[in-house]
Amino acid sequence: MKVLIVGIAGGTARACALTLRERGHEVVGLDRRPWRDAPKGIRNHEVDLRKRAAEDVFRKERPDVVVHMATVTSLTTLRAEEREKVNLGGTRAVFEHSRAHGVKHVVFVGRHTYYGAGPDSPMYHVEDEPPMALGSFPELGDLVAADLYAANQLWRHPELNVSILRFCYTLGPSRTGTLATFLRGKRVPLVFGYDPLFQYLYEQDFATAVSLAVEKKPRGVYNVAGPKPVPLSVIVSETGRTRVPVPEPLLEAMLGRFGLPSLPKGALGHIKYPVVVDATAFVKATGFEWEVDEVETLQRYRALGVER
Amino acid sequence: MARDDSIGSLIDRLELPFNALGVDQFGVSKFHLRVFFGALGFLYRSYFRVKVHGIEHVPKRGRGMLVGNHSGGVAIDGAMVIASLLMEMNPPRLGHAMADKFINRLPIASTWSNRTGQFTGLPEHAERLLDDDRLLIVFPEGHLGTAKLYAERYSLVDFGTGFVRLALKMKTPIIPFAFLGGGSAIPSIHNSELLGRLSGVPYVPLTPYGAPIPLPVQLEVHYGAPMVFEGTGNEEDSVIAAYVERVKHRIGQLIEDGRKQRGAS
Repeated sequence: MKVLIVGIAGGTARACALTLRERGHEVVGLDRRPWRDAPKGIRNHEVDLRKRAAEDVFRKERPDVVVHMATVTSLTTLRAEEREKVNLGGTRAVFEHSRAHGVKHVVFVGRHTYYGAGPDSPMYHVEDEPPMALGSFPELGDLVAADLYAANQLWRHPELNVSILRFCYTLGPSRTGTLATFLRGKRVPLVFGYDPLFQYLYEQDFATAVSLAVEKKPRGVYNVAGPKPVPLSVIVSETGRTRVPVPEPLLEAMLGRFGLPSLPKGALGHIKYPVVVDATAFVKATGFEWEVDEVETLQRYRALGVER
Repeated sequence: MARDDSIGSLIDRLELPFNALGVDQFGVSKFHLRVFFGALGFLYRSYFRVKVHGIEHVPKRGRGMLVGNHSGGVAIDGAMVIASLLMEMNPPRLGHAMADKFINRLPIASTWSNRTGQFTGLPEHAERLLDDDRLLIVFPEGHLGTAKLYAERYSLVDFGTGFVRLALKMKTPIIPFAFLGGGSAIPSIHNSELLGRLSGVPYVPLTPYGAPIPLPVQLEVHYGAPMVFEGTGNEEDSVIAAYVERVKHRIGQLIEDGRKQRGAS
């Protein structure tokens, strides 16, 4: 099949591109960022998804499947309005161009943070649940809206097959993603007295899951997760970092200072309370099996060392 | 200490799917269980000298819902029931009580309740745990039950009905139990909401000697034979209410029988 990966230059997207190619698919990319050492046979069109030239990529390449991985979570490098344009505007463009140019299947790579983290939210969310804790973390709104917009396409345009995948965090050699960013330093701040469970997939298993979604074409919304969740404090220590538990009021005051990122208050909810999903429906639909377990993933991440 | 070792070995014999990090799929951690039961073990064996009757009624394996009365203004009743399942059962089992929502909001308490399997009392959690064939501990009197004063210590307040629907839906036997002595260990004369607000909890029970520090009174747990109701959990309220009444009546009987034995001995 011919697969167009939107956002191909991202760390985990590259892993997906390589895996899809290995599995015999033709892979093309669309990303305004370059992929300099891209292997032979993978073309990246360096255009902005929200510009006119993007549609021409769809028009010329006429992919069978589009994998949309061009949403962002970064709360620090982009301003809210910019993030909203990327996440919502970009997602809209993907679906409009796909419908206009004969794409049969769109895979929307979303996030399990859709469900939100809060003291009253249950462990093991199922796909039916509405998003929670948006009130305390409004900055998540554009990602939630992109997820719901993508799901809307299922009934608005039934001729187009759509898989909405709500992925847990990933860890791996690319060192990209929300959890990897959080573990970047030697010392990792935690909220004193709280220790949420985190779910993560090894990067290669993430790529396998995306490939299976491309091949098995499950229609609808699916949580995707790997092995058992692990307490955040254990993730920090098992990856060779030092835990720095800070009382919440102090940590709030420290954000944006002492080399800590300037995060919105609501972001702390995600290191106080867990977002854990039930991913059995995806396994049933695609036969997905992870290869690297939760302990091995941490050991491999530890072996990568700490970035300087 | 020999006692610590034995707690360690009881925890090693728990039939739970711990991974190489000593954590199960709900985040229950062996390390935290050891510390938690180390403290509970002292209270259970030496301080309250808890006496347990009818432990054979608790299923050795598979799902079960232990339903009983609240006794005592702080959670020693739940804690001692949890301890009894580890200390008296063979193989030992971990009971999951459903924690009040405020606990997960408090630092430290949030971590320790979650790591020891005492999750926020949400129907989703209860269902997940039963589906995984765990033992659930339910106090259908809710927070009104812990607010009972000394004079009301052997009475039962209104029962919530959700537990019976859950038991029917999840095809789970209900094991009724009576908890005796908590009201004497913490003889509440008043529940102070003001002190509660100041410390982030619903209320603080006050005793004739001030703080709600439990006295070393002997505590007793009486387990009764399992009650199994047939149904789907989708029955009309009146049907459910009748089942709830039967469970409540059975617990009332266990309390009365236990009081007679207690008085006689």
